[in-house]
Amino acid sequence: MNRFPMWKIIVVAIVCAFGIIYTLPNFVSKSSLSGLPDWMPSKQLNLGLDLQGGSHLLLQVDAAAVKTKMMDSLVDGVRDSLRQQGDNVGYRDLVHDGTAVSFTLRDPADEDKARERLSSLSNIMANGQRDVAIEVDGNGRVTLTPSEQAIIQRLSAAVDQSIEIVRRRVDETGVNEPTIQRQGTDRILVQLPGVDDPDRIKRLLGETAQLTFHLVDLTADVGAAGRVPPGSKRLPALEENGRNYIIKSRVMVSGENLEDAQATFQDGQPVVSIRFDGLGAKQFGRATTDNVGKPFAIVLDEKVVSAPRINEPILGGSAVISGGFNVAGAQDLALLLRAGALPAPLDILEERSVGPDLGADSIAAGEVAGIIGIIAVAVFMIASYGLFGLIANVALAMNIFLIMAVLSVLGATLTLPGIAGIVLTIGMAVDANVLIFERIREEIRVGKSPLNAVESGFSRAFTTIVDANVTTGIAAIILFVMGSGPVKGFAVTLLIGIICSMFTAIMLSRMLISFWMQRKRPKTLEI
Amino acid sequence: MYKLKLVPDNTNIPFLKFRMMAFVLSGLLILGSAIMFFSVGLNKGIDFEGGILIEIGVETPPELSDMRTSLGGLELGQVALQTFGSDTEILIRVQRQEGDASAQEEAVNVIKQQLASDYGESISYRRVEFVGPTVSEELVIAATEAVIVAVLAMLVYIWLRFEWHYSVGAVIALVHDVVLTIGMFSVTGIEFNLASVAAILTIVGYSINDTVVVYDRIRENFRRYKKLTVEDLINLSINETLTRTTMTSLTTLLALLALYIFGGEVIRGFATAMIFGVVVGTYSSIFVAAPILLHIGLTHQKDEEDGFQGAERTDDNAEEKS
Repeated sequence: MNRFPMWKIIVVAIVCAFGIIYTLPNFVSKSSLSGLPDWMPSKQLNLGLDLQGGSHLLLQVDAAAVKTKMMDSLVDGVRDSLRQQGDNVGYRDLVHDGTAVSFTLRDPADEDKARERLSSLSNIMANGQRDVAIEVDGNGRVTLTPSEQAIIQRLSAAVDQSIEIVRRRVDETGVNEPTIQRQGTDRILVQLPGVDDPDRIKRLLGETAQLTFHLVDLTADVGAAGRVPPGSKRLPALEENGRNYIIKSRVMVSGENLEDAQATFQDGQPVVSIRFDGLGAKQFGRATTDNVGKPFAIVLDEKVVSAPRINEPILGGSAVISGGFNVAGAQDLALLLRAGALPAPLDILEERSVGPDLGADSIAAGEVAGIIGIIAVAVFMIASYGLFGLIANVALAMNIFLIMAVLSVLGATLTLPGIAGIVLTIGMAVDANVLIFERIREEIRVGKSPLNAVESGFSRAFTTIVDANVTTGIAAIILFVMGSGPVKGFAVTLLIGIICSMFTAIMLSRMLISFWMQRKRPKTLEI
Repeated sequence: MYKLKLVPDNTNIPFLKFRMMAFVLSGLLILGSAIMFFSVGLNKGIDFEGGILIEIGVETPPELSDMRTSLGGLELGQVALQTFGSDTEILIRVQRQEGDASAQEEAVNVIKQQLASDYGESISYRRVEFVGPTVSEELVIAATEAVIVAVLAMLVYIWLRFEWHYSVGAVIALVHDVVLTIGMFSVTGIEFNLASVAAILTIVGYSINDTVVVYDRIRENFRRYKKLTVEDLINLSINETLTRTTMTSLTTLLALLALYIFGGEVIRGFATAMIFGVVVGTYSSIFVAAPILLHIGLTHQKDEEDGFQGAERTDDNAEEKS
């Protein structure tokens, strides 16, 4: 066997140095890491929620609600464009059935006028098509159908907006380093490290927090039997077993025009004080000026918080919401109003929360299992292959350093299954060395010199090692692509483990063996 | 220095003599697994069934029967309790609630309230998980797809690297291993969850690894020994790789045993499946994957006619003569 080429020695040395240097930060506490100079590696393994404790929530934007809202606003749009002062287009039966809005013209001759009025509701989208198709049949029945594409766009926008609102709400609660990302078309993945009891956050995310102010409809009978006049609706009170209210559907001011909301006290009661922005203040001022002496309803998510009487015009743009809150309730409401309303309700599809105790226990158990696994395998290798076994163990140790280093540098997340993957890799990593050593034994048995035996042992085992590892690698890649959460973590460690073990077995152990052979020049090989 | 030798040098065990016995055994085990799977089924965890899982820690071991009665009275359907690792850690599993995801959430709250009123504030929640019905259905589909795609990918890879006989043999062995592992889950009642799917895929990876090593040797020997019968040749190849097969299985098993014993309760199911899989995978490489080549018509002529030149070129036969 020739001398081990210099460039290979350099490559091995660099890779090994990388492995050790980038693993070291994991043995140092976070606080002392921050004291290190910038050029030193300081990335630590990212622990998964199952190891550090935390909460994983999978949320889904209520697509049906988004669609309904879209239709409702289309109905409003139709009404507004047909009813113009002094120049009404007469219509009746304005309804939507969930997929289209339709109404009947009182005078079919108005068709052209109606089309012209409605054209502002139908815009040209990026793909050149109109987002709302307007059709008129022979009887003067007009149908407005939003295109599939427009609905998808609206839903997508709703998801984006929801992500933003979710992020603001979570940030307000002071969770460290939350992950909030879109998953699929209508889902949001929220990961909250260190949160072991996510009830408050779940409650916060469960509210759409759409705040609106309406006038109370005093003409209608609130009793259960009473008919609700058109343009008004019956809403329950926020407090349980409270009375119902009948309010005007028209919104005086909405929460979108809020600038700030804070929990404070008024007469010893927790309340939320709000401040409108410029437009909101103007709208609110006008509405209160026009309706002095009448009650107005503060409505949160289709429930009436309270319905105070307007004693005088409120022109300063500030108001107070009182509704029998406790302190926490007022604080949460203020938070929700500050963060803004969700465009649609969110459903929690999946929750996984792990307490910090269990995470710490898992890490400890994983460490013990890893160390004992390494010792057992190492002893076994030395017993079987002597000095060569020792070399394989050096390669194994290096392999573990490399896995840790790569995981740290990539910022990959170590999960409990990931630890299992590393422990499993320990067992499988020596496989390449076993293949090589067995080949060397065979070559010696057929009478080759030690040098030749080692040389052909390595080269002939090589294809086998590649084939065997590529197949396992395929399984790991598929796990990574198709798996979710912790399983992905397992796949990553397995894959990195396979690559690192091939390197250490083929390059590192070969280098060590060739160093040893050059020094000792053994006549016979003890393997 | 004394060397531990698990397998003596130059063994010549007539493995292929036992192949019919092995085929019958494997056939029976596959049949048994299938029967178990379709009759008893799997003890599906919440990942695939939907439902609620809560792990609590308490200061003093409670009477499980009391807790069972208390939680059973909440009208949430089936509630299963078990200690998990120690007496003071308890796993509560509740069947999927009728309705959508919010129904699961409500049930979690009901349980927490009940536990708080029964045991006060001393309870710590180590884990709370619930999976709604849509998500669990998707997870079932994704998991099944993953296993199928993995097996197909192996088939293609081996086809490219070897030839079709080998890829058929390998896939038969893989299906064998996967079916037996699922059967094991069914027989033992170990919870079948996402980690179990990871275990199955790793078993697939491990088993194919083992099989490829034997196949590699068979291919090599086909080129080296032109006169040997196929049966003797396969047998020789198995024997030549026997030490490696056992060594690797043992080191892997050692690591897995460490995981099983010390790795904690959450990972134990995974370790159990893996241990079973390594044993089955090793068995199938020797007794299924290699012998079956004989029955799907692998012969000398075949190999020499359309032997994959590309694959062979990477072998450096010439070098040894130097």
